[in-house]
Amino acid sequence: MTTLSLTARVPARRYLLGAILAAWVLGHALLAGRDTLALGGAELTPLHEGANQAWDTVDDNRNSNPFFLYFFNYVRLILDESVRFVQALISQPSFGRPVPVLGWLGVVALAAAVTYIFGNIRVALLTVAGFVSFGLLGLWAESMDTLALTLTAVAYSLAVGIPLGIWAGLSGRFNRFVTPVLDFMQTMPTFVYLAPLTLFFLIGPASATIATMIYAIPPAIRITAHAIREVSPVTLEASASLGATAAQSLRQVRLPLARRTIVVGVNQTIMAALSMATIAALIDAPGLGKTVLKALQTLDIGAAFNAGLAIVIMAVVLDRATTAASRRVETRRRTGREISAFFRRVEVGGALGIAAVLGYLSYTYVWAAEFPAGADLGSYVRRAADAASLWVQDSLSGFTDALKNVITYGLLNPFESLLAGSPWWLVFAVGVSIAALVGGLRAAITAAVGLAALIGLGLWQDSMVTLASTLVATILVLALGVATGVWIGRSDRADAVLRPVLDAGQTMPAFVYLVPILGLFGPTRFTAIIAAVVFAAPVAIKLVAEGIRGVPPATVEAARSAGSSSWQLIGKVRLPMARASVALAANQGLIYVLSMVVVGGLVGAGALGYDVVAGFSQHQLRGKGLAAGLAIVVLGIVLDRVTRAAQVRTVRLGVIKED
Amino acid sequence: MKDQPVLDVRGLWKVFGPKPERAVGSTLSRQELKERTGCVAAVRDVSFAVRPGEVFVVMGLSGSGKSTLVRCLTRLIEPTAGEILFDGADIRKADERHLRELRRHRLAMVFQHFGLLPHRCVLDNVAYGLEIRGSGRAERYKRAREVLELVGLTGFENSYPDQLSGGMQQRVGLARALAVDPDLLLFDEPFSALDPLIRREMQNEVIRLHREVGKTMVFITHDLSEALKLGDRILIMRDGALVQMGTPDEVVGAPADDYVRDFVSDVPRSHVLTLRWVMRDALPEEPLDGPELDPDLVIRDAVRVVLSADRPVRVVRDGELLGVVTSAEILEMIAR
Amino acid sequence: MAIRRISVVAGAVLLLAGCGGAKVGEAPSAAPGTGAAGSAAACGTLNLAINPWVGYEANAAVIAHVAEKNFGCTVVKKDLKEEVAWQGFGTGEVDAVVENWGHDDLKKKYVEEQKTAVELGPTGNQGVIGWYVAPWMAAKYPDITNWENLNKYADLFKTSESGDKGQLLDGDPSFVTNDEALVKNLKLDYKVVFAGSEAALITAFRESEKEQKPIIGYFYDPQWFLAELKLVKINLPAYTTGCDADPAKVACDYPLYELDKIVSKKFADSGSPAFTLIKNFSWTNDDQNLVAKYISEDKMTPADAAAKWAADNEAKIKAWLPTS
Repeated sequence: MTTLSLTARVPARRYLLGAILAAWVLGHALLAGRDTLALGGAELTPLHEGANQAWDTVDDNRNSNPFFLYFFNYVRLILDESVRFVQALISQPSFGRPVPVLGWLGVVALAAAVTYIFGNIRVALLTVAGFVSFGLLGLWAESMDTLALTLTAVAYSLAVGIPLGIWAGLSGRFNRFVTPVLDFMQTMPTFVYLAPLTLFFLIGPASATIATMIYAIPPAIRITAHAIREVSPVTLEASASLGATAAQSLRQVRLPLARRTIVVGVNQTIMAALSMATIAALIDAPGLGKTVLKALQTLDIGAAFNAGLAIVIMAVVLDRATTAASRRVETRRRTGREISAFFRRVEVGGALGIAAVLGYLSYTYVWAAEFPAGADLGSYVRRAADAASLWVQDSLSGFTDALKNVITYGLLNPFESLLAGSPWWLVFAVGVSIAALVGGLRAAITAAVGLAALIGLGLWQDSMVTLASTLVATILVLALGVATGVWIGRSDRADAVLRPVLDAGQTMPAFVYLVPILGLFGPTRFTAIIAAVVFAAPVAIKLVAEGIRGVPPATVEAARSAGSSSWQLIGKVRLPMARASVALAANQGLIYVLSMVVVGGLVGAGALGYDVVAGFSQHQLRGKGLAAGLAIVVLGIVLDRVTRAAQVRTVRLGVIKED
Repeated sequence: MKDQPVLDVRGLWKVFGPKPERAVGSTLSRQELKERTGCVAAVRDVSFAVRPGEVFVVMGLSGSGKSTLVRCLTRLIEPTAGEILFDGADIRKADERHLRELRRHRLAMVFQHFGLLPHRCVLDNVAYGLEIRGSGRAERYKRAREVLELVGLTGFENSYPDQLSGGMQQRVGLARALAVDPDLLLFDEPFSALDPLIRREMQNEVIRLHREVGKTMVFITHDLSEALKLGDRILIMRDGALVQMGTPDEVVGAPADDYVRDFVSDVPRSHVLTLRWVMRDALPEEPLDGPELDPDLVIRDAVRVVLSADRPVRVVRDGELLGVVTSAEILEMIAR
Repeated sequence: MAIRRISVVAGAVLLLAGCGGAKVGEAPSAAPGTGAAGSAAACGTLNLAINPWVGYEANAAVIAHVAEKNFGCTVVKKDLKEEVAWQGFGTGEVDAVVENWGHDDLKKKYVEEQKTAVELGPTGNQGVIGWYVAPWMAAKYPDITNWENLNKYADLFKTSESGDKGQLLDGDPSFVTNDEALVKNLKLDYKVVFAGSEAALITAFRESEKEQKPIIGYFYDPQWFLAELKLVKINLPAYTTGCDADPAKVACDYPLYELDKIVSKKFADSGSPAFTLIKNFSWTNDDQNLVAKYISEDKMTPADAAAKWAADNEAKIKAWLPTS
């Protein structure tokens, strides 16, 4: 019965969708260029000018407003001093000494001891190798600056994020309140709030720390809340049945059971903080990000790559260390208790003892304080990267031009023309009806409100241009994600080879690979799309691979015994069963692509991305830049809600079908 | 047997959905109720009393409301209407603190999926109930060790739940419940997640424990043979309502309706029914000098005597002749 | 086992320690700047904003070099975008901006209204903004440098981004542009495409020269890249005072910018010798391009580049120092 009505319903929906698209194409053919709400690069709307003025007002009253005197200034003072303190310990000359308190040897030893105590001997060795490589690359001080900023921001992020996450995990109402705020924090482009932050917190570590926290707190809150919420209801019920109070249940059941997932949240927070600590170089945050930015000014790919490599290494070390720590939470309790207590004490004491000795040496002796300059790996890395990028640009440019033209003329231009060249009311109607069709009434309302907001922000056409690029990039990300994800999901060897590459793609600051890509494709929208794909594809690939790997072996075996070919196995068994993962990959891919819109603005994407970048640099455009940032957030929220609603629907339909 | 019941449940309702009070007292079918009000009545107008020392079994298929019922008893799920008198006081009227005290000292529950704390070793799991009510460390470990010995888990104190088999995990769950020395033990399908051999072993364990510690128990199950094996009395639920309540032989011998009849049709009746159910009045010409048997003797155990006797067996209680049984009745019963 | 391993390592460490080595703080006269005798007026800390282009970096490097060497200043360089740097005048975070391109709006706000900044005269560099093509194009199409011929060549500049019009590559986001208005008002068959960054513009011109790919775009002088590739400027209708008053009606070339220096009011009043230095600082486009080339092409650190230039140009530096 249900199957019958379903088969009747789905094609109907498909036809309806086709009809809408046809009407759109027709409308575009007849009305192209009319009512497109175009706004030139230097043109402003009253809203943008109003924002400029509001900004000026804040700026003028900074020293008289009590809110500044008694709130922002204290926050700034505390954050500044925290970062400076960590810097004094590991990276900057301090306390009247020409070197930091802990020299390189001390830092390496301490890092190794900490990773050994919370992780295992393998990550400790990895940590030593990673930290020593910072010195070998000639970037010891810069790396330590980045580490200092990241760790301080992470400490504050966790101090704020974990309690809020627990609250959100316990209270559905608070969770509903905080979720859209977190969405906002994560999709708002950094460029938009970097400049206002300096307005409130001045230039310096405080602004950089807060910028980093804005980006790093959401995963801490989300994952903690998730961990608290996912604690087995059976166990909680058992605890309640024994008469536990809410506080007892939280402390003795929820928190211990959620601990492992919370450590995953810590991991994500560190990764987010690290990636933002790089971008915060735009407001004079110390560290590797600055080296990358400087290199970009002179198109020094070698230097940029060298610093980028250090960031990737740091990300890998921090990632593996926290992952090992979360595993340890799991495995520690398996080892018997009484025997290990003594042994553990010896272990911890020994590790800390060695660290203390080496730390003292690095405090006292120059050779242990300053990384020896002799071993210079950095210059080789720089030269190799230069040569590689030159080779790529020289030998691939014929092929890349063809690729660029196929995608641009075949996909991007028609798409953009439909979105940005049709009258706004037509696109509005089409957008809302598609949302209604794939996502239902609520999705349609979200779409309507969002699209209206874009008009209100005065950036309709720019938003449509950005939307076109975003959708094309997402399609590419998904195609790459499915193809590579299936491959990785089926082959452990492919996984072992590709995973480090994916990690690097996610953590290498975009600025590093922008220049070579620019050389290949020139300043075009396609370049921006490629940059977004490089950033977003790893996530999509990992998610799809996860889904493919999650397909029960029994099902695969059954299909194989029925005589399925490899392709049939993939197309008819694995992908359909990994549907939820693929849908998630699409959603996440979209969000990641959107977060690269601004970077795209740096390499030819124009539209919203450029508006934001220009607003960051030009006094009279900052109101517009702010509006463009909001427009990106609006696009993000609309696309996210609609795809999620569609996802819920397909899964639900799928369930009915399988009944 | 005639003293005041430990637990006396009167007119208990649990309705899920919007404005659940409206559905209380409704006589509509489940489907109609859902359509009219959007509510689902998981428990509807259930009343029963549990006597001290009794094993009271609530049986029903999945969706019959039995798990909801047992959770209502300790208000893990808040009932919609009715009274739950525990030692004469209504649990529904208890405030939060009082309810917590009840749960900490007088009621304890064993769960289908164990609900153990995976981050704590067996000893700490068993001591958990004592810990949250504030017992000192030495005291609670002493008690926990005693109970572990009682359930046969000595030597596993420092193991972690995921290192134990399902049966052993449930022994931990049982020990945890026993550790607080409750007046009433509630079992929510404790053995349905276990495989048959372990399940039988655990059932025997419960019988043994019941004999040794003599706790009053309310036992939820969907397994009729388990109900017949453990229960002093059985309550059968269907769609949230009580269908029949009685001793095992009453349920098998006199099913209240077709639903119960269908249910018990596969039960080997001779294993459940007693001579009381097959005896008849002696015919005038019958010799009354055959062997004597008790009316509460299960038929299975009487077969040999009856079949080997050359005259009717007399069913006698306290010297009074209640009836007779011959091989004809026995054979008819077994053949049916 | 682990204990033994630990003790072995600890032993090795102690051994190393026994060997000793130079101790921190013991290094003979390591502290920099203490040797600067003579003009010993207290300089303290000089906070230089570093705007993100290499020419600026060259100015700052040379000023920093002289300030450190001659006055024993502690120079703190802060990498900031212009807008952000100007905000820093009011808060004391920034003492000086040593190459400013116009920014009349910022001057109005911070010099006239907030009075937190002071103009300190030209750097001697002349800023030229305009439309440029790569040298090979100017050689092949000599008349392209006259704007009136641009429509003739529009087809050459068609790209995937500009559709059926010629592409005018624009958009270093830090610079004010009139290009959309110019295209419209000069009735040019071009579309402005926003490259988005200086790096993007330079890469495009580099590719243009290497692959003989036609590119026309927005650029400026002084800029280190001009030392690598001498771009040729297109002659737009000449600039006359006020011809760019209404941004929507601009139909003339960009004005020449007298690049100048801005310092914070606080710094100007401090009497620091570095203030006099910055006030007197002046050099030519060639000077700047040379130092910029040291930094960008020869990959020297700004400090080394400045030291090298300073060694070769002692006379010029002498002119910047206080005359007492």
